[in-house]
Amino acid sequence: MKYEPVIGLEVHAQMLTETKIFCGCSTKFGSEPNTQTCPVCIGMPGVLPVLNKKALEFAVRTGLATGCTISLYSRFARKNYFYPDLPKGYQISQYELPICEHGRISIIVDGTVREIGITRIHMEEDAGKNIHEDRGNFSFIDLNRAGVPLMEIVSEPDLRSPREAVEYMKKLRAVLRYLGVCDGNMEEGSLRCDANVSVRPSGQKEFGVKVEIKNINSFRFVEKALDYEIRRQIKVLGDGGKIIQETRLWDSGMGVTESMRGKEEAHDYRYFPEPDLVPMVVDKKWTDEIRASLPELPDVKQARFVSGYGLPEFDADLLVSEKAMADWFEAAVKAGGKPNSVSNWMKGELVRLLNEENKSFDDCPLAPEQLAGMLKLIDNGTISGKIAKTVFDEIYKTGKEAEVVVKEKGLVQISDSDEIEKAVDDVIAKSPGEFERFKAGEEKLAGFFVGQVMKLTKGKANPRIVNELLKKKLSS
Amino acid sequence: MELFRLTVAEARKLLDKREISATELINSVYRRIDAVEDRVRAFITLTKGQAAGMARNAGTKIKSAGPSSPMLGVPFAVKDNMCTKGILTTCASKILFNFTPPYESTVTSRLNDEGYVLVGKTNMDEFAMGSSTENSGFHVTRNPWDLKRIPGGSSGGSAAAVAADECIAALGSDTGGSIRQPAALCGVVGMKPTYGRVSRYGLVAFASSLDQIGPITKDVRDSALLLNSIAGHDPLDSTSAPVSAPDFTAALGRDIKGLRIGIPGEYFIEGIDPEVARAVRDAIRKLESLGAVPVEVSLPHTGYAVATYYVLATSEASSNLARYDGVKYGFRAEGKDLMEMYMKTRSQGFGAEVKRRIMLGTYALSSGYYEAYYRKALQVRTLIKKDFEEAFKSVDVIVTPTSPSAAFKAGEKADDPLQMYLSDIFTISVNLAGVPALSVPCGFTPDNLPVGLQFIGKHFDEESVLQLAYAYEQATDWHKRDPDL
Ligand SMILES: [Zn+2]
Repeated sequence: MKYEPVIGLEVHAQMLTETKIFCGCSTKFGSEPNTQTCPVCIGMPGVLPVLNKKALEFAVRTGLATGCTISLYSRFARKNYFYPDLPKGYQISQYELPICEHGRISIIVDGTVREIGITRIHMEEDAGKNIHEDRGNFSFIDLNRAGVPLMEIVSEPDLRSPREAVEYMKKLRAVLRYLGVCDGNMEEGSLRCDANVSVRPSGQKEFGVKVEIKNINSFRFVEKALDYEIRRQIKVLGDGGKIIQETRLWDSGMGVTESMRGKEEAHDYRYFPEPDLVPMVVDKKWTDEIRASLPELPDVKQARFVSGYGLPEFDADLLVSEKAMADWFEAAVKAGGKPNSVSNWMKGELVRLLNEENKSFDDCPLAPEQLAGMLKLIDNGTISGKIAKTVFDEIYKTGKEAEVVVKEKGLVQISDSDEIEKAVDDVIAKSPGEFERFKAGEEKLAGFFVGQVMKLTKGKANPRIVNELLKKKLSS
Repeated sequence: MELFRLTVAEARKLLDKREISATELINSVYRRIDAVEDRVRAFITLTKGQAAGMARNAGTKIKSAGPSSPMLGVPFAVKDNMCTKGILTTCASKILFNFTPPYESTVTSRLNDEGYVLVGKTNMDEFAMGSSTENSGFHVTRNPWDLKRIPGGSSGGSAAAVAADECIAALGSDTGGSIRQPAALCGVVGMKPTYGRVSRYGLVAFASSLDQIGPITKDVRDSALLLNSIAGHDPLDSTSAPVSAPDFTAALGRDIKGLRIGIPGEYFIEGIDPEVARAVRDAIRKLESLGAVPVEVSLPHTGYAVATYYVLATSEASSNLARYDGVKYGFRAEGKDLMEMYMKTRSQGFGAEVKRRIMLGTYALSSGYYEAYYRKALQVRTLIKKDFEEAFKSVDVIVTPTSPSAAFKAGEKADDPLQMYLSDIFTISVNLAGVPALSVPCGFTPDNLPVGLQFIGKHFDEESVLQLAYAYEQATDWHKRDPDL
């Protein structure tokens, strides 16, 4: 029997606010344990939460960017459970009346556009971290992260393959980064993903029994964990078994999902409205202001890059995947670079150099104007495309203008026919045998001669002139 | 006259005229404490050392002759559920037996800014859960009018300390009557302001949507004075109302002629002590003779108030008290693993009543019961609020007994929680509705036990409550009597 997977994702995105959601502590990552805490975020008796308005603004921004309805009246709720890294014994989250509902994100898989529904986006506080290593019989707790603002973005069960899930995550990440509300760093945990997965016989309308998978913390694992889980479920059903509703944990080391707790052991979180915070009343004027301040989002930008710059769809997709990359592209075009050339150099040489250094367009050492300057030198024949690679490496490393590099290194293309002819003659003189064969009609030797001339001129000879001269020598 | 008998207003006058010093005043209060505290046991912690320093500072400020703030140099007792920086704050619970907050509650910080003198932290029912102060994890406080009896609760320590003149005034907190009921039983004035009038920052939460801090004082003027000092919006408490507080003393002495006072039939029910009913009826006649106009009103959902309260308050409490888990501060019992440490810490650290309420609240919020209990209770709460809104369309203030009986004997209701819960039957609706109310002495039983009269006002209309209570108090002399200690 053929089965179809049904997947919904719950994504936790850490918001890029300077301070925590209910107190003034810093949200900086990686400080000494418990140095970014205060009575509020460590749950001392009698203290009270005060909402960070920036967190609310970020949630509203995200909601507006994903086509959600913004609740003009929403509120926080307490999610109650005991755990040492949860200092109050409850997490302040949202339950009934979340801030955003009914949105969507579109993804492209195999050339087809799919609209993935967003059920809700709500705000909540993060928990701390238990530290178990090297501490004998004790565990220790770091509460620096406790109270860091999160958005939980819950999708509809609209995803039909692990690939779609990955595309959805990528698109969501891009949107969050465009909005500046989350850095999208899965390794540092600022973007985390849980998945609800079920399978059903193809053609069946009803959903199968769903399993929740926790602890998926990289893009690679989204696909792997889902692949594994879908195959596992299909095998269970194929063997005549039944899927049990449960929570499973993705073990990235073993590459498997393992049962964590069944339906019976599921927590009863005893949600109820948070009495320490008043309901949030968001006024329409404010959301309109936020809407007006939204940046151009990836989908719109992509379409504009295709129609406005004449870029191929695929190139435009790649360029808009990061806002910094798209901005870089446009700056280079504005500085005079031809769109297609800029795009080609970016996705080829520039991405290669950035990857080598583990850098991104956010901290790209090359200025867009430098690339545009170099492209001008190619276009006006000052340097050859081949030399340009050397020039590119140099301007990337030194931050100098291409013109300066070309001058300093004497890389100007030789277009002087006399000078090139001299080189051609030298090469012919050195390889009389090859020249005879070339003359006799062995055309592929043309490449050999061009190569030798380039070698002799350190790549500076204008290849067009070299070819012309060779042809002339042949017929003489 | 002994200085410890002074009211805030009297002390202010004498201090400003430099007829007495802040040090003389605190010394007198401490002499009184030395004389009676071993019988009353109103305090958990006495802060004699700090008090001496605070009085010295106050003295210096008073001498420097600038305009003095109203509470400068005045000795106060503070209920032990308000955080005081560097001073033990236990909530009368073993689970916080060693907890010293590194921060100050907003109310005490405002009093600090005015230069008050902290006498000590008063006893209470553990986490403010109770109506007799017998649920303290440390000791039982006695009623200064009859040491065999309880002072009421949960702010029993503060009320007893004021009644016994172990301080000039005190702060209490009121979730279902915890200021007004002990004030009534101890023959002093206790006010629960409108929910949101006074910041809860630093008040250890029992039921966040009901808790409110308020003054316990020797007379109505002091109540207004103290409210002036602690009321007003606080950015640290999102539920504190963004409204500015008036000068509450301005309401004192205003004529009450023509003020309409509502008498709710539902509050004069069977089970009310006849002595209490008589005293309250006399008080209403007194008000009438002063020009107030009694009007019968109805608060039809009064009968559901106790049940509603015990669902909502315990639900919130079950969550508020989850943080006492032995991990971060307070009492911790050793266990072989995390679960055992949690279980032992909480079963040994909390007293029976607290555990009972945590269980009740946990149950009411559990999936499958939430709709039937918690949500239903929220709906009834709305109806109770509407009852008051409706009644206040025709009257300015509602007048009722504060408590169905005078002080009962220690141990009398301790084993019967339901009977104990009914002591708050007249005060609970006020917290559910969020309106302000004040209890003022209105007579004595034949056993010489004080009876309290409750004035209930509209949201943010403490002024009418104070106006009426003051007029009544000035026309009677119940508040002038002192217990024979
Ligand atoms: Zn903090």
